[in-house]
Amino acid sequence: MLAMDYRGPKRVRIENKPMPEILHPEDAIVRVTRSCICGSDLHLYNGNVPDTRVGTTFGHEFTGEVVEIGSEVTKLKIGDNVLVPFNIACGRCAFCKQELYGNCHEANPQATAAGGIFGYSHTTGGYHGGQAEYVRVPYANVGPTIIPEGMDLDDAVMLTDVVPTGYQAAEMGGIQKGDTVMVFGAGPVGIMAAKCSWLFGAGRVIIIDKIEYRLEFARNYAQCEAYNYEEIGDIAVFAKKTTDSLGADVCIDAVGAEATGNLMQSITGRKLLLQAGSATALHWAINCVKKGGIVSIVGVYGPTDNLVPIGNVLNKGITIRANQASVKRLLPRLMEHVQNGILDPKALITHRIPLEEVAEGYRMFANKLDECIKPVLIPPSAKF
Amino acid sequence: MEDNRPFENNRGPADHSHIKGWGIDADPKNDPTYPIKKRTNDEHKGYTWERPTQQPINIEVHHSIERPNVTAVFGTAVPPSGLSGMIRRMAFKKSENDYGHWLPLILADRVNVVEGIIEDIVGGKVPNIFAEKGYIADWKHNKTGLFTRIAVVAGITAAIVMLARNNRD
Repeated sequence: MLAMDYRGPKRVRIENKPMPEILHPEDAIVRVTRSCICGSDLHLYNGNVPDTRVGTTFGHEFTGEVVEIGSEVTKLKIGDNVLVPFNIACGRCAFCKQELYGNCHEANPQATAAGGIFGYSHTTGGYHGGQAEYVRVPYANVGPTIIPEGMDLDDAVMLTDVVPTGYQAAEMGGIQKGDTVMVFGAGPVGIMAAKCSWLFGAGRVIIIDKIEYRLEFARNYAQCEAYNYEEIGDIAVFAKKTTDSLGADVCIDAVGAEATGNLMQSITGRKLLLQAGSATALHWAINCVKKGGIVSIVGVYGPTDNLVPIGNVLNKGITIRANQASVKRLLPRLMEHVQNGILDPKALITHRIPLEEVAEGYRMFANKLDECIKPVLIPPSAKF
Repeated sequence: MEDNRPFENNRGPADHSHIKGWGIDADPKNDPTYPIKKRTNDEHKGYTWERPTQQPINIEVHHSIERPNVTAVFGTAVPPSGLSGMIRRMAFKKSENDYGHWLPLILADRVNVVEGIIEDIVGGKVPNIFAEKGYIADWKHNKTGLFTRIAVVAGITAAIVMLARNNRD
């Protein structure tokens, strides 16, 4: 089967690889129909996530058809079309029982801090991902969810990560009616976080980035204010001036390790790897939120350390809330929102790329070429 | 452009009826104790849940020393091998709390890239770096950037060659 193959920083190619096999009674094998490239895949692509091994297939956002099931799979049958949450979760550990499906303790032997994620290095379990024609899906009774009749595959694939992550970013913000929310990063997750902030009753939603076409998209799609940080001067002063001199009630970091905007952070975090990525967006979020406010983090960082103004967190009494999205917990509500037309996630997809052109897709997304917002890979074996 | 506006008391418009779904998920009880919302006291019993069936461990699987065992399922992508594998083995003797864990893993990743190139060549395949780096996307959508990059690389190469020649003379 064809699969994306990581060869080193900024080098990927398509390879013929062996078909995945059932290795556990609760496994399923899924024939992939859609697979996105995620902004967090760029951390892997750039070589910034420890234990990313040459030969790994990336991809944690995918839909597909079930083609084989293990002996203990009871909730799926062959032929089901499923969307597969990016979290691999057992459904029975203490964390899954709390619906913290992103923090399962039975899916990642290599690290206790991170749960299991498809195609996201051995730091999250060493699984091959879905940027392939076929993929092994563990715990198939828990994660994979049958795509409702009539739901567009492009909407379904966005429900595997982008929509729940954006929604949970807003949810973790504890937004109360009338709150001002500042979202850092106008990538797909940031745009979705801005959009979802309204669902929790935000009074103002402001998104910050430097890529004009993305800011323009965010203005229209998320009906929010959008500002280019290169044009507004000091971001913390801007935040105070544009609110009520106190700062935003809620700030959301939807960027993570690849942030630009601060030379020192970029050099130490992205080039020299002296930090677990560049923490510019988090730094700004802490300094732009009001005293007693909430900073919600969904931007992904590496497992080591980052330079952030933790003293300001203390002095301002900020609450920080962060997690990988608990996709399974959120799916019922989010499917309703998609089916009722409240959310239109497929509108974020700007590029549909054959899987065979995966290297071009990564470069286009990484370098924001051709006004790319969200690329989806389509395997040759996808029938639709 | 400097922001010279005065400080505002701007909380946004009171009416959001033009935004579909505004406020439908508002939850005044969404307090900062989230995400642990459903305490059952099970969480105080520790690592005692009935574990899923163990996936057979028939490849080398590293596990964090912060846990007693391999998880019930695990990925089988690219088991450790070669020099990078040796470095990874060493890394997993340290905890996730220790730089001695993460820094060797980053080193192993870099060693692994060289191993990958050697493996390709030994297997009779010369890696097509141009294609693997996706430069075709630049050719299609960013010709100026591509040519600038080529010109810079060519310029630096020419300068190095000239310096080397001058030194030899």
